Amino acid sequence: MKVLVTVKEVAEVEEDFQLDGLHVAEQYLEYDLNEWDEYAVEEAVQIAEENDDVEVVSVTIGPERSEETIRMALAKGVDRAIRVWDDALDDVDLLDVGAKARLLSAVVEEEDPDLVLTGVQANDDSFGATGVSLASAIDFEWAAVVNALDLDVDGGVANVRRELEGGVEELTEVDLPAVLTIQTGINEPRYASLRGIRQAQSKEIKPMALSDLGLDDAVVESDLVLTDVYEPETESDAVYFEGDAGEQAAELATVLREKGVGAQ
Amino acid sequence: MSDVLAITEHRRGELRDVSFELVTAGSDLVGETGGDLHLAVIGGDVDAFADELALDGVDTIHTVPEGDEFNHDVYVQAIAALYEELDPTYVLMGNTVNGLDYAPAVAEQLDIPLVTDAIGLQNDGNLVVTREMYASKVESTVEVDADHAAVTIRSAEWEPTEAAGEPAVEAFDFELDESRVRSRVTGFEEVGGGDVDISDADVLVSVGRGIEEEENLELVQNLADALGATLSSSRPIVDNGWLPKDRQVGQSGKVVTPKVYLAIGISGAVQHVAGMKGAETIIAVNTDPDAPIFDIADYGIVGDLFDVVPELIEQFE
Ligand SMILES: Cc1cc2nc3c(=O)[nH]c(=O)nc-3n(C[C@H](O)[C@H](O)[C@H](O)COP(=O)(O)OP(=O)(O)OC[C@H]3O[C@@H](n4cnc5c(N)ncnc54)[C@H](O)[C@@H]3O)c2cc1C
Repeated sequence: MKVLVTVKEVAEVEEDFQLDGLHVAEQYLEYDLNEWDEYAVEEAVQIAEENDDVEVVSVTIGPERSEETIRMALAKGVDRAIRVWDDALDDVDLLDVGAKARLLSAVVEEEDPDLVLTGVQANDDSFGATGVSLASAIDFEWAAVVNALDLDVDGGVANVRRELEGGVEELTEVDLPAVLTIQTGINEPRYASLRGIRQAQSKEIKPMALSDLGLDDAVVESDLVLTDVYEPETESDAVYFEGDAGEQAAELATVLREKGVGAQ
Repeated sequence: MSDVLAITEHRRGELRDVSFELVTAGSDLVGETGGDLHLAVIGGDVDAFADELALDGVDTIHTVPEGDEFNHDVYVQAIAALYEELDPTYVLMGNTVNGLDYAPAVAEQLDIPLVTDAIGLQNDGNLVVTREMYASKVESTVEVDADHAAVTIRSAEWEPTEAAGEPAVEAFDFELDESRVRSRVTGFEEVGGGDVDISDADVLVSVGRGIEEEENLELVQNLADALGATLSSSRPIVDNGWLPKDRQVGQSGKVVTPKVYLAIGISGAVQHVAGMKGAETIIAVNTDPDAPIFDIADYGIVGDLFDVVPELIEQFE
C-alpha cells in the first residue's frame, strides 16, 4: 500500500512586521511545517508501522528553501519526498485551490497511492480546501476534519470520526481509495530522533517541474487576484493595565474583585 | 444581473445559524447585482426547514429531500444539478466543518474558482472577497476574475436574517447517482472525558499554547483555585493530552458564556473566539500586543504570563 501525504512549509509572521507590497516583508517571516500537516505525517507513519508493506511518500509544492522543512517529515519516517516547483510558480501571488489540486493530481497520477492524507488547512493562507479539491479532481472519496481513523484495508473502508462544531463527532465510513484531511489531536506527532534526522539526509527529495508532470504553465494561471494586503485595523477597545507585572496584576485584581471574583 | 445560490446547513433536525447568515450575505450580494437569491436545503425535513427559511430577501427556496443528515456525496450532486438548472453566478456556502467537507468538491466539480472563509464581500463588476491570512495577523482582498465563483463565508460574520419574507418554495428533483455515494454517516457522539462542565462556570481561567509545557499548567490551575474559577483551554492544550476534551473552548469544543473569561497565552484564533466571545468580561494576558484576542478583550495585559500569573495568585492569597 502507498500513502501519499501532502505537506506544506508555512510562514509565520512575527509580532512586529512590515508589509512589502502584497507580501509580508521576508525578514518578518519564520518558516515551519504546517501544524495540521504534522499530524497527517504522523498518521501516515503510524499506518506504515501498523501494516505490512506500506510506503509513505510526501509531496509538497514549494521552492527549494522548503526542503529543509520537508526533511523533518523524512526524519519522522516518511520514506521519500517529492517537491513540485517551477519558475512559473515564482510569480504567483496567490496559488488558488484549483491550481493546487491540478498540480497534486498530476503527482497522484504518477504515484498511484491508495490513500492520501492532507492537513485540514494551512496556517498561512487558511483556505482549508486543498484535500477535498484534490479528492474531487482525482475521483477519490474523501472526508474532511478527521480526528480518528481506523483503516480496514481488506474491507476497502476507512472508518473515521469527523469533528463537527460544539463537541460533536460524526462517525463515517469512507470507501477507499480516499483523501482524508487530518485535524490536530488525532495523534501525538513524534519528535524526530537523531537517527531519523541522520537517515533523512540520505532520503530522496525529488524535484519536479511542471514539464516533469506533463503540465504546462497554464496550470498555475489563477482566477484569483490578490489585490490588497494590509494590517487589519485593531478594533480593540480594551483597557490596558500598565506598569510592571506586579502593578498590572494588582490593577487586574481590583477589577476582578469588583466583579465578585475571588470573594469566597 | 447575478443570481446567488446559497446552500443552507442543518444538523440533527435543526437549521444551523450559518444558514441565516448566508441569507444576509446572499441578499447583500444580489442587492448589489440586482439578481435573485436562491436557497437550497438538502436532506432532513426540508419542508419544515423551508418554512423557517421563508425570510426577507429570499426569492426561491429549493427543497431537495434526499437523506436525513448531511452527506457530502449527496450535497455535491444536488448542488451541481441545481447549478446546471439555475445558472447562478455565485454559490455561497458556510465555512463550517461541513462546508470544509463539500464546498471544495462543489467548486472542483463545477470548475469554478473557490474563495473560502470570507469576512467581507463586494461586487463592483467583479467579486471582491475580504479574508484573513497568517492567523488573522494580515487581511487581504482577493478579486475573482471569472464569470462564476464559489465562496464560503465565515460563521458569525454576517448578522442573521430574521425578518420574514415570502419566497417561492420549489421541490427540486434530481437523479441521485447512488454509485457515487461512497461514504456513509453512521452516527454522532458527544465528546466527554472529564468531570466538569465548563459551560456552567461563572469564571473561567483559560490557558493556551503560551504555557509551553505540561508541568507549567499547575501555575494556571493555582490561579484558577485562588480565584475560585474553573480551568478551561484552547485546543492545543487538549491536542497535547494535557486536559480532557471537554475543557476545550471553541468552535469544535464548548461554547461558554461566563461572567469572566481570563485568556492566558491564547492568541484568539477565530475558532477559539467562536466559543467564548459571549463572555460578559474578557481579560487577556499575552506577550504579543497584536494578538487578535485583544480585539475582543475588555481588559488586557501585554506581558509574560510567567511574570503576571504568580503576581495575580499572590493578590488573591
Ligand atoms: C476546524 C477547526 C476547528 C478548531 N476548533 C478549535 C477550538 O474549538 N478551540 C480552539 O481553541 N482552537 C480551535 N482550532 C484551532 C485554532 O485555529 C488555533 O490553532 C488555536 O486556537 C490556537 O490556540 P492558542 O491560542 O492556545 O495557541 P497559539 O495560537 O499558538 O497562541 C499562543 C499565544 O500565546 C502567546 N504567548 C506565548 N508565550 C507567552 C507568555 N509567556 N506569556 C503570555 N503569552 C504568551 C503568544 O503570543 C500567542 O498569542 C480549530 C481549528 C480548526 C481548523
